[in-house]
Amino acid sequence: MTEQNKIREQFPILNQKVNGYDLIYFDNGATSQKPVCVINSISDFYKTSNSNIHRGVHTLSRTATELFENARKTIANYFNVKNDQQIIFTSGTTDSINLVVNGLAKDYLKAGDEIILSAYEHHSNILPWQMWAQENGGKLKIIPLLEDESINYDAIPSLISDKTKLIAITQVSNTLGLITDIEKIKSFAQKNNIPVLLDGAQSAPHMLIDLQKLNVDFFVCSAHKMYGPTGIGLLYLSEKWLRELPISKPGGGTIKTVTFEKTEYAEGALRFEPGTPNISGAIGFAAAVNFIKSVGIQTIFEHENELVQYAQTKMSELPEVIIYGVSKHKAGVISFNVKGQHPFDVGTLLDKYGIAVRTGHHCTQPLMQHLKIQGTVRISFAIYNTKQEIDFFIEKLKKVITMLS
Amino acid sequence: MTIEEIEKEIIEEFEIFGDSWESKYEHLIDLGKSLPLINEKLKTEDRIIKGCQSRVWLNSELIDGKIVYTADADAIITKGMVALLVRVLSNHKPEAVVKADLKFIDEIGLKEHLSPTRANGLVSMINKMKTDALMLSR
Ligand SMILES: Cc1ncc(COP(=O)(O)O)c(C=O)c1O
Repeated sequence: MTEQNKIREQFPILNQKVNGYDLIYFDNGATSQKPVCVINSISDFYKTSNSNIHRGVHTLSRTATELFENARKTIANYFNVKNDQQIIFTSGTTDSINLVVNGLAKDYLKAGDEIILSAYEHHSNILPWQMWAQENGGKLKIIPLLEDESINYDAIPSLISDKTKLIAITQVSNTLGLITDIEKIKSFAQKNNIPVLLDGAQSAPHMLIDLQKLNVDFFVCSAHKMYGPTGIGLLYLSEKWLRELPISKPGGGTIKTVTFEKTEYAEGALRFEPGTPNISGAIGFAAAVNFIKSVGIQTIFEHENELVQYAQTKMSELPEVIIYGVSKHKAGVISFNVKGQHPFDVGTLLDKYGIAVRTGHHCTQPLMQHLKIQGTVRISFAIYNTKQEIDFFIEKLKKVITMLS
Repeated sequence: MTIEEIEKEIIEEFEIFGDSWESKYEHLIDLGKSLPLINEKLKTEDRIIKGCQSRVWLNSELIDGKIVYTADADAIITKGMVALLVRVLSNHKPEAVVKADLKFIDEIGLKEHLSPTRANGLVSMINKMKTDALMLSR
């Protein structure tokens, strides 16, 4: 059996027909499929260890607590974070960003302050900031893109002022697959003492993330895009922000002592995790991280990069196809359109051939406005995708182009 | 022709394609292309039915007691479906439109376009056609 088959075998969902064709799953940017080890970790938890955590004296509760806290350790370890309390479990990237914005809005952010975002942010890294700005007299400043849709780093100094309180930027564009140069962003930020939030929703599935080396203030990602379950993700806080970020979601589990007059909150990650957390999700997340480790993130990156370059080259040979953000430096994603055709039509017909792609604005409407289009067709890869799948996709894309023209 | 008669005609028209979804869709695409459905001036914001991806414009008016629809869509497959709906429902008494069950969509094998998760706005379009008919019949 080839290495590739050994990997595919771990994803039972891939082994099915859709509309009479073998399923080709090219919608990994939206969510990836889950290997058996992740699925089993969740069902095993419910079969053998389910119990509420942190407060129980009974054996099962202690087992569950240990599994949950071990998951935190596994994940902290994977991202090379020294203190596992810097990893806070949230429901995902969107939740994590909201936790940061609402926390900062308590004290750190003031009327007239400015936040810098890029022009290719996902709505989840725009709307929480926009709501803060609208309600508190804040301002958003947007880093423009160059001709090739990459970030215009040279424009950043002119956006920075003494009112700039944070730069929030995605490490990989979910629509274009382009990779942001974080070192450049950091060089501007550090010179001016500005904290950086990194949206890792699309980078964590494809690239090695060493949070000590990256040395940003906030990092966020979602398990479901990295072979883990939905409804769980993380917020990484630097040591400083773990001490200083005010909590914005109080509730059970976050405390040391409560009276009706006053509450003393717990220290560390727990203060940010009110209510019963997604215990099985955290365990599944850790299993997903272990899956990635077993394959090797470098192997994953190289495999997907090869697929991207292969597909990009083949697609460039089709005169009807426009690719947005062509680059040699991409993480798993290609966005394109067929000239004169609506992405919805292309996606609908590809689906008839069993090929799952995403169409539309991909939650990046400001980027669509910049590109002056309604939407794109997006294909995005994971470790289990193959060149044969791309060949089949290209063959059917040609057919679709003929059908539509 | 009554609504049912037109539906029957369309079902027969699609029968030729048998199981070939490709021919069926090619036909749908042709229908979408061949029909200039709406006066450009009527493609205003308030006539848009927003699906989350493709947009549909619908205009309804009562002419000599019959409801006349004109419509358009920006995606060609959606436009083909819109063309079929207009062909079936336009030029009938509003009461008949309200009652129409539109079984033909299922019979010609295009029911998937009516699932609520489809982002094309067709379900909302049919609802709008019917509410307009209801209002105009009062
Ligand atoms: C770049 C980026 N940021 C944020 C999100 C939101 O992630 P989630 O829906 O898991 O909260 C996504 C997911 O599509 C994304 O691609």
